[in-house]
Amino acid sequence: MGLAKLNELYKAVILDNANYPQNKREIENVPKFHMDNPTCGDSIDVFSKVSDGVIDDIAFTGSGCTISQASASIMTTVIKGKKIKKARQLISDFSQLIQGKKISDKAMDELGDAAVIGVVAEFPARIKCAALAWHAADELLNKEGGKDD
Amino acid sequence: MTQNLSEYRKDFPILNQKVNGEDLVYLDNAATTQKPIQVIDKISHYYLNDNANVHRGVHTLAERATKQFEEARDKVAKFINASDQHSIVYTRSTTESLNWIASTFADQVVNEGDEIVISEMEHHSNIVPWQQLAKRKHAVLKYIQLTSDGELDLQSAEDTITAKTKIVSIAHASNVLGVVNPIKELAKLAHKNGAYLIADGAQAAPHMPIDVSDLDVDFYAFSGHKMLAPTGIGILYGKPELLKIMRPAQFGGEMISSVHEQTAEFKESPWKFEAGTPNISGAIALGAAIDYLNKIGMKNIQAYEHDLTEEILPKLLKIDGIKVYGPQDPNKHTATFAFNLKGIHPHDVATALDMNGIAVRAGHHCAQPLMDYLNLTATARASFYFYNTVDEGNKLVDSLEQVKEFFSNGVSETK
Ligand SMILES: Cc1ncc(COP(=O)(O)O)c(C=O)c1O
Repeated sequence: MGLAKLNELYKAVILDNANYPQNKREIENVPKFHMDNPTCGDSIDVFSKVSDGVIDDIAFTGSGCTISQASASIMTTVIKGKKIKKARQLISDFSQLIQGKKISDKAMDELGDAAVIGVVAEFPARIKCAALAWHAADELLNKEGGKDD
Repeated sequence: MTQNLSEYRKDFPILNQKVNGEDLVYLDNAATTQKPIQVIDKISHYYLNDNANVHRGVHTLAERATKQFEEARDKVAKFINASDQHSIVYTRSTTESLNWIASTFADQVVNEGDEIVISEMEHHSNIVPWQQLAKRKHAVLKYIQLTSDGELDLQSAEDTITAKTKIVSIAHASNVLGVVNPIKELAKLAHKNGAYLIADGAQAAPHMPIDVSDLDVDFYAFSGHKMLAPTGIGILYGKPELLKIMRPAQFGGEMISSVHEQTAEFKESPWKFEAGTPNISGAIALGAAIDYLNKIGMKNIQAYEHDLTEEILPKLLKIDGIKVYGPQDPNKHTATFAFNLKGIHPHDVATALDMNGIAVRAGHHCAQPLMDYLNLTATARASFYFYNTVDEGNKLVDSLEQVKEFFSNGVSETK
C-alpha cells in the first residue's frame, strides 16, 4: 500500500489549511482557552469574541501537526458568525464524525470543509490531533454561552 | 557487520506480519519490546501447570509457583551482578521502583534545604517523584546540564553535586538522546559528597551487560517489558544495607512476619516490600526473558546494536533536512534515534511511516523538560533491538526520503 494512502488523509483542503491557516492570530481582550495534546506536547489557544450570542470572531494560536493545524483553521471558518448554540451543535457533529460515527447529510453539509477531516476516523492515532481545536472551542463557548442563556 | 543475530527473529512471530499492506518494521522498542515464544510459552506453561499463590500454602502447586518465582529473582540478581538475591525487589515497573525510593528511602534521608540532583535528560518517571519529594520536604531539585552534543556535562555534574546533595538520580541510558551516562563516575561523585546514587536502567538493562556491583549504584530500577518480558513486572535493586533501613511503601499480606491488633512485624527484604499477591507469572516470565537474553549474550546484543548504529546513523544523517538528536558519532550513540525532518511535524512523519509498515513513536517521549531544554515540542523516534536488521534500517531511511517528497510535493512548511 505504502505512502499512497496518505493522499486520503492529507487532502488538498487539509494541506492548504495547514500551510496557510485561517484566523491564526490572537484576539486581544477576549476570553481564551488553552488546551494541550498530552501525547505530543502540542498546544493551542482559542480566542473568541462573542456578542449577543453570536461568534463575531474566533481565532487560534499554537503549533502542531498538519492535522491539528488544518483542523483548527477549518474550525474557525466553520464557526465564525454562528450562534453559540449552533456552533456547539456543529462541534458535537464534528466530534461524532471523526470518531467514525454517521451524522446526517444536513450536518455534513453544514460542516463544509470540516467534513473532509472525517477521514481521520481511519487513522485512529490522529483523532486527538483533529479534535484538539474543536474541544478547546467547545470549552470556551461553553463558558461564554453560559452567560447568554 | 561483525554480528548477525537474525536467527533469533523467528522466535518473534509478531514481527512476521503485514501492516498497511507492508512488512512490519517494529522500531518502537524503547517504548516496549516484543516477546519471544519462549517467554509466551513460559507464561502459558505456568498457568496450565503450576498456578498457585506464592509463599502461602504447603501444597505442591504452591511449592512449584514459589520455587519458580524465587528462581527468577536469582536470575535477575545474576543478570545485573547483584551480590545476593535479597537485594532484588519485584515491582510493577521502573516507574514504581523510582516512586518507591522517592516515597520511602529518599523521604527518610532528605531534609529541608537538602538537594536532589537529576539531569535535563530524564524521563518523567525520574522527575515527577523528585518534584513531589522536594515539595514535601522543602528540598531543592537541581538539574545537571547537557553538552551541545546532548551528553551529560560532567563539569556541570561536579558543580551541581555538592555536600548539600542527598540524592542523585540519573538515567543509565537516555530514551531520547541515545547516550549512555557514566554511572560509575557519577556514583563516585555522589558518594564523595555523601549522597546516594540511583540509576534509571529502563533503557540500559535491555541492551548491555549491567554490573550493579561494579557501578557501585545504591539503587537500580528497570522494567521487564522493555526486555522481552510482559508488562507489569519491574525490578528495584538496592544495596542490602540500604534496603534494610528502607521503609516499605505498601503494607498488607505477604510482607509481614506477624500481625497483632495494633502492630506488625515485617519480613526481611526483599519480601517486606512485596505486599499482597505479586505478579507471579510476570516474574517467572522475566526469568525466561533473562534466560533468552543470556543465551544470546548481552555483550553480543550490545555489539550487534552498535553495528546497527554504525550502519544506520550515518545514513540518517545524510538525509537532507534531518536533525538527529544526541551525539552524531556512532561510537557515542545507542540504537535509539530521535529525529525531526525540517518542516514536517513528527506526528505526520509517524503516520506516513506507518503507511509503510514502520512503527516509530512521535511525541515528547515522557521527557518534556528535555524537549523544552532542546527547544522542541516533539520528535519522531526510531528505536532498534537485536531482532531488527540493517534492511529494516535501510527501509526507514528510504521511507523518510519518501515522506519528505510527499510533504514537499506541492506543499511547503508546516511550522
Ligand atoms: C529512561 C526511562 N525511564 C523510565 C521509563 C519508565 O518505564 P515504565 O513505563 O516501564 O515504568 C522509561 C520508559 O518509558 C524510560 O525510557
